[in-house]
Amino acid sequence: MEKDFLSQLNIVGNCRKYGLPVWQCPQFLFLVMGLVIILTSVISYLVGARYIAQPETVVLIVLVLAVFLFIVGFIITRSFEKLAEASRMKSEFINIVSHQMRSPLTNIKWTFEVLSSKDFHVPREKEEEYFVNVQENIGRMVELIDDLLVVSKIEQGTFPLVKKEIELSSIIEELISRYKVFAEASNIKLNFYLGEKTTKVFSDPSLLKLVMENLIDNAVRYTPGPGKIDIHLTKKENSLLFRIQDSGVGIPESEQKYIFQKFYRAENALKRRTRGSGLGLYVCKSAIEKLGGKIWFQSKENKGTTFYFTIPI
Amino acid sequence: MKKILFIEDEAALQKAFSEVLRRADYKVISALDGEIALRLAKSEKPDLILLDLILPKKHGFEVLKELKEDPELKEIPVIVLTNLEKMEEVEKALALGAKTYLVKTRYNIEEILEKVKQILSQ
Repeated sequence: MEKDFLSQLNIVGNCRKYGLPVWQCPQFLFLVMGLVIILTSVISYLVGARYIAQPETVVLIVLVLAVFLFIVGFIITRSFEKLAEASRMKSEFINIVSHQMRSPLTNIKWTFEVLSSKDFHVPREKEEEYFVNVQENIGRMVELIDDLLVVSKIEQGTFPLVKKEIELSSIIEELISRYKVFAEASNIKLNFYLGEKTTKVFSDPSLLKLVMENLIDNAVRYTPGPGKIDIHLTKKENSLLFRIQDSGVGIPESEQKYIFQKFYRAENALKRRTRGSGLGLYVCKSAIEKLGGKIWFQSKENKGTTFYFTIPI
Repeated sequence: MKKILFIEDEAALQKAFSEVLRRADYKVISALDGEIALRLAKSEKPDLILLDLILPKKHGFEVLKELKEDPELKEIPVIVLTNLEKMEEVEKALALGAKTYLVKTRYNIEEILEKVKQILSQ
């Protein structure tokens, strides 16, 4: 009991536990509120004693102090609302994640049931197909968990940024050589136009790779062949500008404002491909902002989409 | 031999459960998206429909609604077989006329097969 009370007093520690900066933390703000109330009472008394002959001045000063108290009170209520909102978002997050996990889990569960059941005896030569399916679905779950870990690390601010000097164009070339096979299989031309001699930036290569991988992957998936995807890399003031333009299905105008939201997937994206975590673009935005850049897009349904991002040199 | 239309976009699930149904002596017609499902329902007139909800091209709820609006198809019993399990989704499916609502991960294949047999024998 005594220990509980003492641990309550460790305000900074408690705020850190909530993942909030001290000035947004209800416990700290309450303490401030208490001090402010004591201070305003003392000031009111002093003012009252000093200006006893001028009641208008006393009323005015007390009024100003009351307004001040009101503002502090408002900030405290807001910080509680933020905590409640964060908790609501967390439950929603868990809801969606558990749903996303279910599809591959069902796949694995059913496959094993068929494989292990005596009634549905699976012939030897067909067994391999079932195993490949289990393997694919485990891959899907691993991919989802990886995405989630990145998201959670970025959100908590614990994603370790390892900045070093990198040649951005060579990362792009590496990714292109990986995606070219998939693109060509669907009759999509994947081109890279380099506008500068040198594309050196001081940034985190693994985060940048993650972002560009997501953007290229999306472009390939949502472009029906025959089509083309052009990637441009140019300098713009003190930044490098990456641009990827596809001739794909585009993003419906009514949904454009949501696409960077966590777990959001556009209606026509669902029609083309029901799998997908809905985390890709959210990860891109969080990562680019963390690296000090900006990300945006232009899109027209059935014409195509262009994503842009900048990264400071 | 009774005919079952199995609407499921995950090819692996489609294959595994179709195999199970075939071994139980049913004729299985497979549909991988909502539009094909409706077309096959019209041309094949199955005795029972197994319907997933998150489907390409046409959502399962829309498929269910159109099935129940078609005078020739509305009597066919529909089992919703999905991984969505919010109360409002269950209620919506039942209100639209689904016979029953099964959450995939909560049932074994054998239990689902039992349900299919039970509904077909009614």
